[in-house]
Amino acid sequence: MSTLIKQDILVELLANAGTGFEQVRVAGKEAFQAQGFPTNKSEEYKFTAITKKIEQRIQNFQLAGAFEVIAEQVKSNVFEGFEGDVLVFTNGHFQQALSSTVEGVEISPLSEKASTALGSIAKPEKDPFCALNQSSFDGGVFISVPKKAQIQKPILFLNFFKANAGQVIQPRTWIEAGDFAEVTFINHSVNLSDTSYFVNKVVEVKGGVNTQIRYYKLQNEGENAIEVSNIETDIQKDGRFTSVNISLSGEMVRNNLSINILGSNSEGNMYGLYLLDGKSHVDNHTNVDHTVPHCESNELYKGILAGSSRGVFNGKIFVRQDAQKTNAFQQNNNILLSEDAVVNTKPQLEIWADDVKCSHGCTTGQLDEEALFYLQARGIGKEQARGLLLYAVAGEVIEHITDESFRDYCIAQVQERLGSNF
Amino acid sequence: MLTIKNLHASIEGTPILRGINLEVKAGEVHAIMGPNGSGKSTLASVLAGREEYEVTEGEVSFKGKDLLDLSPEDRAREGVFLAFQYPVEIPGVSSTNFLRTAVNQVREYRGEDPLDAVKFLTLMKEKMKLVEMDQKLLSRALNEGFSGGEKKRNEIFQMAMLAPTLSILDETDSGLDIDALRIVSNGVNQLKSKDNATIVVTHYQRLLDYIVPDFVHVLYKGQIVKSGTKELALELEEKGYDWIKDEVDSKATV
Repeated sequence: MSTLIKQDILVELLANAGTGFEQVRVAGKEAFQAQGFPTNKSEEYKFTAITKKIEQRIQNFQLAGAFEVIAEQVKSNVFEGFEGDVLVFTNGHFQQALSSTVEGVEISPLSEKASTALGSIAKPEKDPFCALNQSSFDGGVFISVPKKAQIQKPILFLNFFKANAGQVIQPRTWIEAGDFAEVTFINHSVNLSDTSYFVNKVVEVKGGVNTQIRYYKLQNEGENAIEVSNIETDIQKDGRFTSVNISLSGEMVRNNLSINILGSNSEGNMYGLYLLDGKSHVDNHTNVDHTVPHCESNELYKGILAGSSRGVFNGKIFVRQDAQKTNAFQQNNNILLSEDAVVNTKPQLEIWADDVKCSHGCTTGQLDEEALFYLQARGIGKEQARGLLLYAVAGEVIEHITDESFRDYCIAQVQERLGSNF
Repeated sequence: MLTIKNLHASIEGTPILRGINLEVKAGEVHAIMGPNGSGKSTLASVLAGREEYEVTEGEVSFKGKDLLDLSPEDRAREGVFLAFQYPVEIPGVSSTNFLRTAVNQVREYRGEDPLDAVKFLTLMKEKMKLVEMDQKLLSRALNEGFSGGEKKRNEIFQMAMLAPTLSILDETDSGLDIDALRIVSNGVNQLKSKDNATIVVTHYQRLLDYIVPDFVHVLYKGQIVKSGTKELALELEEKGYDWIKDEVDSKATV
């Protein structure tokens, strides 16, 4: 049984979360109180003892709050060759002065006008951390891409984190895109302190008819990161949402990614890579909800685990009775490079429609020795052959990133990791 | 070039090779034949350095070096090439990228400058013709979704790219239709020179109509029990392996 006293935590968190959003926060608080922190009996958090980790590491439960960064820090953390616009955040607080303005896109700190929207997609009753964030979020951004806007260059969220041990960071993001809009977001975080703090973020993305939204996320905040992230999107008719999530480190990271397919002829894509060593623990829970006919979802998550790292994959696909002619594909492949690395993988398909094409598969194994020998027999050194094979696994996910500079950055990060620790 | 003396090898404690002796000189083509399970593919694998096999006795010298002492990659860099019986499909690794890495690592080992992209492509185009390789195949992942014949052609194409001094073809003919067999053999023949040697491991004589051997050896129960010229292969084709088995087994009982 958890020893965390949820009432007290909320009081503490709320004490400095700022004013406003009263109704939203009350709804979040009620939803959190109804659920509480997940225990070891919670099915959804069975393999990820996040509550225990929070108890160990997060004692004072204060919000870390905004801090200042300088333009140089921003510049040095943007990928080489990146041509898009940069939005700067410190502990989740939008730093407008350091951020670009994106032509044709409304970007502002979260304000009351978003208050009716917050929680309408990422519903607080579905997840305790989503509820906790809604009760006491601190900082965030509101983005509105107007109808028919074609935002050619990607928008980079550059998140700087700096916190004392035991502090909490709770950003909230609301993104809405009008009909026929097209936009790409890249989420990248930079950790400025090596303390253990807790990031609990929620991102809601509201698509319109025929919108094309890409959302890429790179997690490489280091060995002390404790993070829960809830990203949820509603896709409308003819729309498409593509997520690429790459996790390279973290003491304990939980990603909840949900796509609600609400309009016909739309498509949801989820690609993920977790490349872990040491004691990192990364848990990806994904959820696709097909509610209407003639839609498609594609999902590919790949894991490479060394040391005593742990990966968790849980992929839910719901195909409702009305969602005839659905094509839903899911694949999770893992390579374990050490005896102490562990993967828990669970595909979960619930299909009520009778005219659908759905497939899922998961594999967990070692590096293919026969392939390794084949490469060596052609004169390629063992270490390089290993790197080539592992990179091939990772590449199948990375290739879905359309922005070249970000893709190159990810490739470099992954290759560096495969060269040094694997 | 290659001298094998009293080579014994086993897998998981089971002896497969029980004293192989073989001498291969530059410019020669040797065929190694034998019934299933006689150790043909094991011999090819041991020479290429496959780790599952344990050499328990004997020695192999290649161009004066102790071959068994070298890692698989160093054997390749020294000029040993094994055309796999079952080429491996490697998703996510592009054929071109793989070949360029291989060619340049071999060159580096030999103290040569790496090939730049242009020179590499030129070389590739030239060698592709040799086995009538379709350029489209090379833009795909290594062997992924290739037909049996395409995989074998790709082996010979890789061989052409790496220009080995000793090529070991492990049942390269198995599963090939006559057209593919002709293309593959033609490639091998064009790569032959007075400075390199070829060991052809095969169960059937058919391949030897196209790649004509100077010597034919019959492997049985892990030993070379008979050696001869290409006529021996024809005799085997006609009479099968039983007479050789009988000959060997009756000697053993005496």
